[in-house]
Amino acid sequence: MIDNVVPVTRETLLAEAQRLADGGQRLISATAIDQGEYLEILYHFDKDLKLTHLKLEVKPGEEVPSISRVYFCAFIPENELKDLFGINISNIVIDYQGKFFLEDEAPRTPLLKSKPPEQGDPREVAR
Amino acid sequence: MPGRTVIPFGPQHPVFPEPLQLRLTMEEERVIDAVPALGYMHRGIEQLAQTKDYAQNVFLMERVCGICSFMHALCYCQSVESLLGIEAPPRARFMRTIQAELGRLQSHYLWLGLVADACGFESLFMQAWRNREMIMDCQEAVSGSRVTISTCAIGGCRRDWDDGVLQELTRRLDDVERSMDAIAPVFFEDPLVKQRTVGAGIITKQEATLLGAVGPVARASGIVEDMRRLGYAAYDELDFKPVVETSCDSYARMIVRLRETFQAINLIRQALKKMPAGEVLNKWKGTPEGEAISRVEQPRGELMYYIRSNGGKNPERLRIRTPTLSNIPSLVKMLKGSRLSDVPVIALSIDSCISCTER
Amino acid sequence: MGFISTARVKSPWIMHFETGSCNGCAIEVFAALTPVYDLERFGILNTGNPKHADIMLVTGCVSFRAGRVLRNLYHQMPGPKAVVAIGVCALTGGIFHDCYNLAPGVDKVIPVDVYVPGCAARPEAIIAGTVMALDRLAGKAGPPNIAPGEPRRGLEEGRVVEIAPGNSDK
Repeated sequence: MIDNVVPVTRETLLAEAQRLADGGQRLISATAIDQGEYLEILYHFDKDLKLTHLKLEVKPGEEVPSISRVYFCAFIPENELKDLFGINISNIVIDYQGKFFLEDEAPRTPLLKSKPPEQGDPREVAR
Repeated sequence: MPGRTVIPFGPQHPVFPEPLQLRLTMEEERVIDAVPALGYMHRGIEQLAQTKDYAQNVFLMERVCGICSFMHALCYCQSVESLLGIEAPPRARFMRTIQAELGRLQSHYLWLGLVADACGFESLFMQAWRNREMIMDCQEAVSGSRVTISTCAIGGCRRDWDDGVLQELTRRLDDVERSMDAIAPVFFEDPLVKQRTVGAGIITKQEATLLGAVGPVARASGIVEDMRRLGYAAYDELDFKPVVETSCDSYARMIVRLRETFQAINLIRQALKKMPAGEVLNKWKGTPEGEAISRVEQPRGELMYYIRSNGGKNPERLRIRTPTLSNIPSLVKMLKGSRLSDVPVIALSIDSCISCTER
Repeated sequence: MGFISTARVKSPWIMHFETGSCNGCAIEVFAALTPVYDLERFGILNTGNPKHADIMLVTGCVSFRAGRVLRNLYHQMPGPKAVVAIGVCALTGGIFHDCYNLAPGVDKVIPVDVYVPGCAARPEAIIAGTVMALDRLAGKAGPPNIAPGEPRRGLEEGRVVEIAPGNSDK
């Protein structure tokens, strides 16, 4: 088990990130885990080899504020989450609009376990 | 006011061995803005890993990156070991350290060659790669393969070394060090290399922390940050200090890597001396459960694996955060305000490894 | 053989393009060019410009985005030209065959003359493969290999804007 996990909500995420930035913490990355009902997003921070995590739970389709105004480097993991999980992250400093890794031919949101029914696999829809 | 032009730098460019595109907004010769365009190497390993079992994934993780393949296997094995609650035997921990440092040596020499090539110093490029082949021979002597060496396994190392291998490695290390001594002064002193690298791509200590810089990029900006201090493998029993430079430019990043090559030789020698006898592989059984994070210091910086398992045959989620991914924001910052002719050297100075980055 | 085709076989220039595998083969291509293996002793020179190149060495499992660039580069090369696919990923996709973002195999995208197996392919094998590709330049080889079946979606003919259609093979 990992320790030092701080639960946050969509409202408190930016304030928490700012607090960590002021404390000299370095953003390592953000990880999303598909839990079926909801998505779990973990933001990993490091200072002097000690890890801190922010844990955010979002329902599919909910809007998540971007922390890339606080940590510029967050634009990379956030675009990745947008691509691979289809998480709706708003106000990213450099927003690739879901084309960060994936071309048109590739399946949308490949890491989501259950595909949203209205979208489905674009290849199947095309056929 | 002069007009602005957008120049696509890459994806196929002679200085990059791999496809990476930088969209440079130029005002005459100055770079105003740089936007990285990735996705040329994205395969989807994180998804593929969820369909394979724990032992199979060791081989998959080795193929995340061909340059630092051992480190990926090491980091993955460590994360699964901490889920299972087992540890590698002492001899295997030393063997892992030696192979990790050999990997760092060859990766740094690879990069030194590329940067010499980007400076237009072709003979130095060839010399650096000639040295690298000597290191590759060492790697082949201990593992039997040049690139994906497949020696790391969950619970230790796959195969023990006999005394002949160790003596051969000790003998070859002397040759490697001699050739390194011959070539290092050129990188340190040569006016051509200095002209291209000194003052290019400056990133200050404060910026580096906020931009999440790792590895040699962070250490060249005066940040003492080295995951080897966590004491994984046998690093807790070896004597070393992170290499830190403070001039924050491409030259500093080169010097950090050069000094690390000598440090790596030193660490291998220490490990060879202290290596105990005994088993190299702990047997394990069952399916791991829970979540774990493992971090190792790759040649390019901090590598992080996050693994979550729900007791099934395959991992539920495997997240790979590679060092280049963290260094790209720093590259964007470095490029702003630089001249177009400096872009190749600056872009190389973060030692980007795109196959790692995009997985 | 005329003078030009004789000369072409004696000094073919190569271009290397990595299309998205683990990078191991890409580095081995560089290793094959440097002093210990020394591909340059055959008069072979590495170039970054497709218009200068006679032989293209392709490594990697061809992700969709890189596949488009690969096809573009191939059409920019003047004929006669040869393609060498290096490493199992370039042959069939290898360990990444089931990944979602790739069209496994270089021959799904462009015609291939020589296949060099290995994970990673050793420099000796890369040298042997490159020398075999010289047959194509000498006009002695048969037709190049294209994967059977329909081309993968998105990589079919016509999707890529050809920069110099006059230069592609007749």
